[in-house]
Amino acid sequence: MAVKPARYNETAREHSITMTTAAPAKTQYEAVIGLETHCQLNTATKIFSPSSTEFGAEPNTHIDPICVGMPGTLPVLNRKVLESAVKMGLALNCAIAPYSKFDRKQYFYPDLPKNYQISQYDLPIAEHGHLTIEIVDKQGVPTQKTIGVTRLHMEEDAGKLVHAGADRLAGSAYSLVDYNRAGVPLLEIVSEPDIRTGVEAAEYARELRRIVRYLGIGDGNMQEGSLRCDVNISVRPVGQKEFGTKVEIKNMNSFSAIQRAIDYEIERQIAAIETGNDTIRQETRLWEEGSQRTISMRSKEGSSDYRYFPEPDLTPIEVSVEQRDAWGAELPELPAAKRDRYQTELGLSAYDANILVDDRANAEYFEAAVAAGAPPKLAANWVMGDIAAYIKTEKLAIADLPFTPTNLAELIALIEDGTISGKIAKDLLPDLLAQGGSPKVIVEERGLVQISDTGAIEAIIQEILDANAGQLEQYRAGKTKLKGFFVGQVMKATQGKADPKLTNQLLTRMLDGNP
Amino acid sequence: MSLSLDEVRKVAHLARIQLTPEEEEKFAGQLNSILDYVEQLRELDVEGVEPTTRAIDVSNVMREDVREVYGDREAILSGAPDRDESFFKVPKILSE
Repeated sequence: MAVKPARYNETAREHSITMTTAAPAKTQYEAVIGLETHCQLNTATKIFSPSSTEFGAEPNTHIDPICVGMPGTLPVLNRKVLESAVKMGLALNCAIAPYSKFDRKQYFYPDLPKNYQISQYDLPIAEHGHLTIEIVDKQGVPTQKTIGVTRLHMEEDAGKLVHAGADRLAGSAYSLVDYNRAGVPLLEIVSEPDIRTGVEAAEYARELRRIVRYLGIGDGNMQEGSLRCDVNISVRPVGQKEFGTKVEIKNMNSFSAIQRAIDYEIERQIAAIETGNDTIRQETRLWEEGSQRTISMRSKEGSSDYRYFPEPDLTPIEVSVEQRDAWGAELPELPAAKRDRYQTELGLSAYDANILVDDRANAEYFEAAVAAGAPPKLAANWVMGDIAAYIKTEKLAIADLPFTPTNLAELIALIEDGTISGKIAKDLLPDLLAQGGSPKVIVEERGLVQISDTGAIEAIIQEILDANAGQLEQYRAGKTKLKGFFVGQVMKATQGKADPKLTNQLLTRMLDGNP
Repeated sequence: MSLSLDEVRKVAHLARIQLTPEEEEKFAGQLNSILDYVEQLRELDVEGVEPTTRAIDVSNVMREDVREVYGDREAILSGAPDRDESFFKVPKILSE
């Protein structure tokens, strides 16, 4: 489904002078945005050597002669990296290259111990894919958009630089280097310039993270840098075919920062065109979280001349159709498919579907409850409501909850068939969540079965009316808010077990003295 | 095939090698003679021949994702020109 490109008009700068003559037509602009995403894989070892990829270790503990580029060493590809790359490629609807190879990308920077990065240049493992994002607006209306994926390739991460002396601006005389991260496997995923707004870009990045997590090949954590997005952005008048001057933005460490950085940059570029006070240069800009703006970074000297050539130390990779299909068969149902199915087959709203699907474990819990017989909408409410709140406060994973999806389905059934009230269910929930077990058994053990027998409730109401003749008189004299008092009395007398709906109905009739 | 002095300077810059004007002249000559020598390959008709990217026809040499700790971290650290405890120490790279 295509969406109309979002348009940025410049209402803010409209002339305030009212003239009867025709005002010049406002130029409307659209942004053209593409994302380059680096995604760390969660393999146990590095892409070309057997050192650990563990995050947060003491500096330079996970190093070996291969990842620091000692002469005479020989890198060997980690099989798991190839598997992860092929699975991600398939999840992004890419064509998997039957023949692929690695190349050397040459540049000098102290975080790159070999002075070249082993990457893939002209024969990436996957190309020509796409993913579909769904944006739900404030009214709950979903809009889908398909964003092309140009290519996906495997490469090694660089090390980390620590600038000695906390103050960067003060300028220290040297930098410190930690190569623990050097050689950690990355997937670089390049999108087509199909994105038009900051919201779409942030959602594209979120969807990539969801897919990575669904596949179990990485954690996609932006704060820790295991998911990094660089944005390429230009603006042009709507209708113009040629792209405007492209600017690259880096340094966003959250999805909302991606959105805000793009919104800022769109405004900046439009203003530059309109006022001519600023120029749009082809450059790299950094997002500054503190000031909420992008600032120009000094352009890399000598422009990028990476002099790629085929990596002679690694063999080419051939992925057979059989291997590709075997890995393909291991893919789980992916977020986009789940969102569609929840809406079309299970009748959930787009909003609910998006929330449940965001996390694979939540989605699976929900689906298991539905499989155990729970009506989808009711199961969704419990999973997104009380259960989500509980696992959040208790810092638990939903999969570790003692209260199983089958338990949930049973609880919902007890409410639906009138055995217990929703109120009793909520009261029971803390114990159920903490200990699990069959709600049915617990309800019976604790004698919480709802009283839904008309005669029994009428008898209780009658006793209460008799015992509270004064209040009854006031009620009948017009003080109708005393009804709440009587409801309370009934609930007290039955320890909350009286069917609330029926109680209400009977009480109204009897308070009014109707037979 | 003739490499200009500007191209020689660019290659030198990319390789982070400083050349004197005399060296630029000297290497331009040497590089050109190497390029001319390789240029002879153009005389061959390679129509329909697949590019050769390697000498040995082997694919898919891979290892399992199994950890091994490299035993001599200290040797790697102490082999560097400079260090600060467990960090490698390098000249400042941020120029303001």
